[in-house]
Amino acid sequence: MRGIILILLLAFAGHAAALDGAALDKLAFGESDEKIEAIGALLAEGDPRVAEVLQALAEGEMQTAGRRVLIVRGEEALDAASGERVAPLPKEREDVVANNRLRGAIGAALASLKLLSPDRATRLSAAGALSAGVDEALLPLVRKALQKETDAEIRALLETAVASLELESGDKAARLAAIRTLGQSNTPSSKTLLLPLANDPDPEIRAAAQLSLRAVEGKLLWGELGGLLFAGVSLGSILLLAALGLAITYGLMGVINMAHGELIMIGAYSTYMVQNLFRAHVPQLFDWYLLCAVPAAFSISALVGMALERIVIRWLYGRPLETLLATWGISLALIQGVRTIFGAQNVQVENPVWMSGGIQVLSNVVLPWNRIMIIIFAAAVLAAMWALLTRTRLGLFVRGVTQNRDMASCVGVPTARVDTLAFGLGAGIAGLAGCALSQVGNVGPDLGQGYIVDSFMVVVFGGVGQLAGTVYAALVLGFANKFLEAWSGAVIAKIVVLVFIIFFIQRRPQGLFALKGRAAEA
Amino acid sequence: MGPIATTISRLYGTRGWIALGAFAAVLFVVFPLLSLAVPEGHALHLSQYWVTLVGKIMCYAIVALAMDLVWGYAGILSLGHGLFFALGGYAMGMHLMRQIGREGQYQSELPDFMVFLDWKAYPWHWWNTDQFWWSALLVVLVPGLLAYVFGYFAFRSRVKGVYFSIITQALTFAAMLLFFRNNTGFGGNNGFTDFKRILGFAITTPETRMALFAVTGAALIGTLLLGRWLVKSKFGRVLMAIRDAEQRVAFCGYDTVNYKLFVWTLSAVLCGIAGALYVPQVGIINPSEMSPANSIEIAIWVAVGGRGTLTGAIVGAGVVNGAKSFFTQAFPEYWLYVLGLLFILVTLFMPQGVVGIVRKWRATK
Repeated sequence: MRGIILILLLAFAGHAAALDGAALDKLAFGESDEKIEAIGALLAEGDPRVAEVLQALAEGEMQTAGRRVLIVRGEEALDAASGERVAPLPKEREDVVANNRLRGAIGAALASLKLLSPDRATRLSAAGALSAGVDEALLPLVRKALQKETDAEIRALLETAVASLELESGDKAARLAAIRTLGQSNTPSSKTLLLPLANDPDPEIRAAAQLSLRAVEGKLLWGELGGLLFAGVSLGSILLLAALGLAITYGLMGVINMAHGELIMIGAYSTYMVQNLFRAHVPQLFDWYLLCAVPAAFSISALVGMALERIVIRWLYGRPLETLLATWGISLALIQGVRTIFGAQNVQVENPVWMSGGIQVLSNVVLPWNRIMIIIFAAAVLAAMWALLTRTRLGLFVRGVTQNRDMASCVGVPTARVDTLAFGLGAGIAGLAGCALSQVGNVGPDLGQGYIVDSFMVVVFGGVGQLAGTVYAALVLGFANKFLEAWSGAVIAKIVVLVFIIFFIQRRPQGLFALKGRAAEA
Repeated sequence: MGPIATTISRLYGTRGWIALGAFAAVLFVVFPLLSLAVPEGHALHLSQYWVTLVGKIMCYAIVALAMDLVWGYAGILSLGHGLFFALGGYAMGMHLMRQIGREGQYQSELPDFMVFLDWKAYPWHWWNTDQFWWSALLVVLVPGLLAYVFGYFAFRSRVKGVYFSIITQALTFAAMLLFFRNNTGFGGNNGFTDFKRILGFAITTPETRMALFAVTGAALIGTLLLGRWLVKSKFGRVLMAIRDAEQRVAFCGYDTVNYKLFVWTLSAVLCGIAGALYVPQVGIINPSEMSPANSIEIAIWVAVGGRGTLTGAIVGAGVVNGAKSFFTQAFPEYWLYVLGLLFILVTLFMPQGVVGIVRKWRATK
């Protein structure tokens, strides 16, 4: 056994000693074009030591002494060609300078070396990087890797990479073959490669390119649709979170709370404060600060909400237009208050590590973790709220007071306290929405203003007093917004949705889901 | 007494007419004298700043009157009146932009922002805007038509109360987003500015400014009298009845939709006129005038002065905007606190506004 290893090591060392001297010479002494050529030549050898040499060049560790090429690290030096130690260090040395272009070429070369790695994941990511565009110098290496490769997915990516190079060659047959190869791939980059060729002056190439383009687009379509669906659900879940609190305060209690957006903003700032506390005192637990931020955001917003109900809103029940104006005043004061405390600039709220990144589902669809988490979070909040309203005593009281305040009061429900608690609940859910929004958007004093119109639209569209309606409305508006956006751009989509709701409410003032029975007439 | 005399006595009592006359005298005699006749540097000289400020506040007062007509008398709280104001302003702004001629930065026939966007010709909605009469027509027609169509659908399907308020807010929000876009053809977020002339007169000279000021004053007094005449007529009685009990009025055989539609459209037109007077004096119009916050502020002017009293609307617009220009200069960071508190305190403790307090004080004396 030991003998075999020894033989292998010897063979390896022997091979290493034979690093192409001419190519190395060019790399060290040539002009930049020659240097880039030399990189390709060295790569084609497939020697593992090539990586070390190139790395040294990129990091400025390569020096020359006479005709000898050295890798110098501190007081130690290695001979670049053989890998042997050189001692003593020659006195007369000159740096080999790598300019930006050369560095770029080295970066690509190092990436392509990974194509030969035994680890599948490493090869896959390297192939993915190359398929977006590859330098001609790397072609021999990529071809070599392609011969050895057995994995179908990686093969497909490499074929795309080779094809993208051959597209630019002068040989028409090669170009046609490349176009056909690209037609079998399913990446957005092959679409970008094919697009200009669909208008090629040569009719044969044009036809082939159009055919391949259609094939690629057909495959991409599913990804795009899936991505759009996900974006719709994601926006819907954000709208739902923003509107759920309002569904309680407005939908159930009939209070027009224009400060709802500011309660969301307070939730986001609570998250920011918890994040800072964690960073300052327990940095090792920083990744888990959200677990603390969620209850903090809920309770701070709920407390602010209950205070508002006690001080202002309580006196205005039954006068919705006055409530609207007073709560608008509250929202102005809250915005300015936050500006005074935290400054007018946006503050930085960081995603924990486990929420950054995403899952790659298809070649053109990545689902970001923070979006996925918000969808789950919205569902959880919805479930908790539903349970609270239908399965607890407080929920029973809230529904009782909503349906008939006088009768509820007669049978002993403390209506004033129920009002305060229900308003606090709505405000707390707004705080939760703020906590979630802090993970996907900017946190600033104006955060709430952007959501107030949207939240009201969701509640009104779904039907006031209807939780289920709010959920459907949020999802419908989320989808509608995203699908229109793909077709017409974000601003027009938003305008179209708003105008649609304006007309919808005029046709059907009771919303998507009308209350049945007596409550509908109130 | 002849019919005119009856109308005059029905609008205001003797003291009311005297007060109005004094107000008109201040606007049309004192202001021009102090600003134009008294030389600069004199203690009594009125600077351009004050003329512009009071002119601007008078435009706001017209908007407040228009708001009071629909909110105070018909019970319709609009959170979108800023849109009608801005539309009137834009209609006038288009004309003023064309009056710049070739004196823009790029010395082109087209306004600077169109040159910047590399447009070769005016878009269709700029058609004929170089004619003053056409722009003046647009000032009235565009807000009026929009309000009519919107109100027709809303009132006919009995959208009212808070629902109506919220969809008017959505309307102005949507319009703001639309006007922020560069390719809508209204200068994007910069809007229109750098005006040079109006009707051939240089726009920045003190004489032109004073003329604009006087026209605005006349429009304000005219709006006040028109409003007063409306609310004192049978029409006004029905309107107030609709505010207090719409169903009963409908059962009495009145077509409430048409009453509401008329006052709503009239209110929008008045806002458009106010906007058109505002733009040449302030010298800029941009989409932020359509932001929901601006429209809600109009409601607080009326609430501070006293809903359902036309004088109150003017007083409220004056007090709030006077305070605003004082605070935003002296203590800019406190203005939003003051405005916020104003909203809260007025709705909690002064449901009748300033005018209500004065009346109560008079009654107890």
